Amino acid sequence: MIEFCGIELAHPVINGSGCFDVLAARQCFGAELSEHFPFSAYVSKTVTLAPCDGNPPPRLWESAAGMINSIGLPNPGIECYLAEHLGEYATLGVPLITNVMGSSAEEFGELLRRLDDRAEVAAIELNVSCPNVATGLDIGADPRELRSLLDALRPLTRKPLIVKLTPNTADVAACASAAEDGGADAVSLINTLSAMALAPAGGGPWLGGGSGGMSGPAIRAVALAQVAKVAARVQIPIVGMGGISSGRDAAALLEVGAQLVAVGTESFRDPAAGRRIAAELAGLFTENAE
Amino acid sequence: MATPFGRRICVVLTRSEVGAYVVLELADDCVPAQPGQFYMLAAVERWGGGDAERPFLARAISALRARGDGRIAFLLEDVGPGTARLCELVADDRVYVVGPLGKGFVAPADAREPLLVGGGVGIPPLAMFQERWGGRALLGFRDAHHAEGASLLTEAELATDDGSVGHHGFVTDLLDRVLAEQPDVVVYGCGPPAMLEALRVQAGRYGVAAQLCLEAPMACGFGACYGCVVATVEGYKRVCVDGPVLDAAVLV
Repeated sequence: MIEFCGIELAHPVINGSGCFDVLAARQCFGAELSEHFPFSAYVSKTVTLAPCDGNPPPRLWESAAGMINSIGLPNPGIECYLAEHLGEYATLGVPLITNVMGSSAEEFGELLRRLDDRAEVAAIELNVSCPNVATGLDIGADPRELRSLLDALRPLTRKPLIVKLTPNTADVAACASAAEDGGADAVSLINTLSAMALAPAGGGPWLGGGSGGMSGPAIRAVALAQVAKVAARVQIPIVGMGGISSGRDAAALLEVGAQLVAVGTESFRDPAAGRRIAAELAGLFTENAE
Repeated sequence: MATPFGRRICVVLTRSEVGAYVVLELADDCVPAQPGQFYMLAAVERWGGGDAERPFLARAISALRARGDGRIAFLLEDVGPGTARLCELVADDRVYVVGPLGKGFVAPADAREPLLVGGGVGIPPLAMFQERWGGRALLGFRDAHHAEGASLLTEAELATDDGSVGHHGFVTDLLDRVLAEQPDVVVYGCGPPAMLEALRVQAGRYGVAAQLCLEAPMACGFGACYGCVVATVEGYKRVCVDGPVLDAAVLV
């Protein structure tokens, strides 16, 4: 067992937010999904205050050893999340981490207030890869913005707060440090790298949202460097992610300082990738112990 | 029995060519698929390193045959780095498989005749439908070479873009003639996006029910990525889990 922010986890592999829809997966795979749930905790897709349709298609572009997505955080809004999804997630048998995003400290605060008394929620992950509507600055890319957000949010909940850091910033370690100083219990990184693709037939950007975020093995080395930098700077636990597709990749992130790892894009290629990676990782630990 | 969780490895039994297409048959002892359901396929070896260092993601491919008899078959056309790699697979090569996935066609619940309309590499769902429930088929292809794919169905009426076989023009011309004489049908459509859009408009004009099997680039096939959405009267729907078969009346 691993202890992460006071939560007991069976192994160090969780999912990246927005990379595994348990409700849809249950429709597809039935009981086998619950019997062999691949992750030791389930991180929900980002929830916002109001329902969101997401970006117009096309939303995907396959790149070299990865993909660019411009999904746009479609979600039913916090009301529906609490009323309809939370009960389902509570039956998974693993702790639930709810990922939220707001465009201001007030919006984030309202989301936290709604979640604070819900026993089903073990921890809250803050998606700060978004502009602050008041200042126009990317909250997660600017240490001062991030610190002031945490100062506003920390008093609102006793639940562990995990700050999901964006890699699209000049100094990710300074952002992590600001989150720690503001009372974050953990940081998770990396989110997708800002990226775009042009339509093959001409006519400008391919993605409906204009640009998007790159994920997959193509960003693995970037993740390794950023996790190492952050680990050298902060004391709080780190959830490392970015292009993990094997136990060896997961072990590399743990080696540079992550306490947990999250699997994202690889789950698209294999729904049970998390289970395979956790098993490979356990195998590596056993090998090393021998 | 449900679709197995996770990808499995299936071995290629046979590879054959039908006109411009490749039929790939894999050994698989999994549940049978419904007409219109699909699988995510990726070669185990050399998946990647092709044109532009792709493919990376598995490809969503409709089932051509999946009766639960130990084998599943797919119709493929080389249209990019993923399908190019799948098309070159031969017997004993290995394929990562997830599926069957998605919601397939629903047979008419009343006395209306099914009318199968489609073309190109989109004909597998119609071939499975016809084998299961029958139905008259109208198919459109680019040319005579591609139209050899019609041999996968029984007694299909043909249209080709270049007029080399059957009607010189689109399959929608054939559909106009049929609907004018026999409006009491349910249209089952599968083909390229432009053809499906024409079918949707045509079905609306004649007031005929239509189920359309859509195609969209998708990363996962099981509802995780939200990448394959299509606009409907109820907002965006995921082609992979809400479809791929959707009622034409909900599409916008």
